[in-house]
Amino acid sequence: MTRIKNDTAAAGPAAPALEAAPRAPGELLLSAQDLVIGFTLRGRKLTAVRRASLELRAGETLAVVGESGSGKSVLAKSLLGMLDRNGRAESGRIMYRGVDLAAFTGEKEWLKVRGSRIAMVFQDPMTALNPLKTVGEQIREAAALHRGLDKAASRALALDMLKRVGIGEPERRYGQYPHEFSGGMLQRAVIAAAIACGPEILICDEPTTALDVTIQAQILDLIKGLQRDLGMSVLFITHDLGVVAKMADRIAVMYAGQVVEEGLSRELFYDPRHPYTWALLASLPQLGVKGEELFAIKGTPPSLFKEIKGDAFAPRNPMALKVDFEHEPPFFDLSPTHRAKTWLLDPRAPAMEAPDTVKRLKSRIADAGRAAGVAGAGSPERPGSGVKKEAKR
Amino acid sequence: MSAEPILSVEGLKVRFGSGRKAFEAVRGVSFELYRDETLSLVGESGSGKTTIGRAIMRVYPAAAGSVRYRGREIAGKVGAEEERLLRQKIQMIFQDPMASLNERAKIDYIVSEGLYNFKLFKDEAERLAKVEKALLEVGLLPEFASRFPHEFSGGQRQRIGIARALAMEPEILIADEPISALDVSIRAQVINLLNKLKRDRGLSYLFIAHDLSVVRFISDRIAVIHLGRLVELAPAEELFERPLHPYTKALLSAVPVPDPDEERDKKLVVYDPASHGYEAGDAPAWREALPGHFVLANEAELRDWTAGG
Repeated sequence: MTRIKNDTAAAGPAAPALEAAPRAPGELLLSAQDLVIGFTLRGRKLTAVRRASLELRAGETLAVVGESGSGKSVLAKSLLGMLDRNGRAESGRIMYRGVDLAAFTGEKEWLKVRGSRIAMVFQDPMTALNPLKTVGEQIREAAALHRGLDKAASRALALDMLKRVGIGEPERRYGQYPHEFSGGMLQRAVIAAAIACGPEILICDEPTTALDVTIQAQILDLIKGLQRDLGMSVLFITHDLGVVAKMADRIAVMYAGQVVEEGLSRELFYDPRHPYTWALLASLPQLGVKGEELFAIKGTPPSLFKEIKGDAFAPRNPMALKVDFEHEPPFFDLSPTHRAKTWLLDPRAPAMEAPDTVKRLKSRIADAGRAAGVAGAGSPERPGSGVKKEAKR
Repeated sequence: MSAEPILSVEGLKVRFGSGRKAFEAVRGVSFELYRDETLSLVGESGSGKTTIGRAIMRVYPAAAGSVRYRGREIAGKVGAEEERLLRQKIQMIFQDPMASLNERAKIDYIVSEGLYNFKLFKDEAERLAKVEKALLEVGLLPEFASRFPHEFSGGQRQRIGIARALAMEPEILIADEPISALDVSIRAQVINLLNKLKRDRGLSYLFIAHDLSVVRFISDRIAVIHLGRLVELAPAEELFERPLHPYTKALLSAVPVPDPDEERDKKLVVYDPASHGYEAGDAPAWREALPGHFVLANEAELRDWTAGG
């Protein structure tokens, strides 16, 4: 414990910028700029994140969506200096309170940020905690470590956190071991440990993927409630578009190590512009019509061991243009909050329509929800839910 | 769908352990599976859905009740000839394509292992032809036969698992969460494949899953299972349009839908098993509430739930 206290004490004066006052909602909090992250695997180089940029603002929930191998988890881990030893940020910056986190060289610097400022909740609560220590003690340690509290104060805080995340009988549960908790309760405890340190950013990496749907719904509601009450920003990593719709204020879609489209939640769901976003939405079984083929993306994602030329999605995109195979598209702004990285938005590109399924999204899902009698009254279909673009030459 | 069920399960119970430690994972489950039909068993972890599948596969013995295949009892001891037939006609597809293939065997052997076990070929040429046919049917190239599982992606491995089952020319496929480990784009490919095989081959699927929204698209009928008992069984669309049991409603409300406006307005329904207030002599029974729509309820509940429509 003494070692830990020394670390915390040393952190204080050494990083004045990190101790600044809370930010106003909407203010830029954390940004990754042109981040490149590479791994060395058996002598070969894998580029997991290829010049990705992200911005997280105070008080918002940003969802990063992508399939396995899209680089979403690697990107999240890099924000906490938790990359595996064979991986590193090769270029680009991670700016947080005026400090470039990507330039950090040692564990000592990261300790000032990780946990106390930016905390993380992982996918599997069973492996996130130490099975040999009681759950309460692990939350208490986190609080003592990052807030420099003594034993009594940190214990009181840990109990308060257990109560806060909805664990009944906190006094009794405090002294229990992880194996005495169910998966859902354990994930609540992990969240308690994360927020005990009072972070302003909470990174959730698929926090509910290992849980049952009814438990998932409760945990998602818990994270939402905590975010509101504590004024945190949440970076939510997931592959489940249903979870995204429930949680996100803004969405960034990742493919092959890059952000290909980002925008407000409604912009992404009702007016998607990138062919990959279209494909992702169209392949949802919820949008399928019985007896018809479900839309499926052909092929598999590209190997990140190789250099990718042009648009990474082009080989799987039936609408790909010639230019997609040769030059990487830039971002085209669609609104102050919405942009997509596809040549289709270039004025010289031929007009392309989103698949019908995607245009149906609004009405289809609303029907399904109403029919089930569980959703609220659906709002009428909004204009502009498909892609309408004039062909210009 | 023909009138004669290919598989019928009645009052099935499966017990683990014995004496005071005995635990009943399946507590009296009845349903029928017809030819050309996809029946989904949907429940959360610990509900017993996988145990039911394995009891039908005769991996776990049934403690009570009966399982009939084409009218013949298959729970408990059967003759050697019958055993052989069942091993062939009822096949299984597993959840994790990374774990369910032998890493040290070539695809050729993986797909033909069952053929070897049951000597289902005259000569080498016929065996190779069967492997090739199975691979082509799941959309893989025949030359993949000489490769090892690690050379394939998750979606391709799941196809290999399906090819392995198809090579046996089964009538019933028990698919235990075959798509939950797959990415969205790959999931759609596998769903399409399963649907195509059902059409082409007249297969019957018992589809075990936890995600109601995915199951809706592929199922003819859906059974909802909670703590070892079926609570509701209905045609897929009917279940979504008119869920009767409170647990079904809770499950439906818990699945997040990919639509931000709907999600914002949605209210979570939480199921409390105590809300039934069942008393002695008032135990719920498996009743047909509407034609083809079964629910676990007592008299009063049945009246309440079906009232007003």
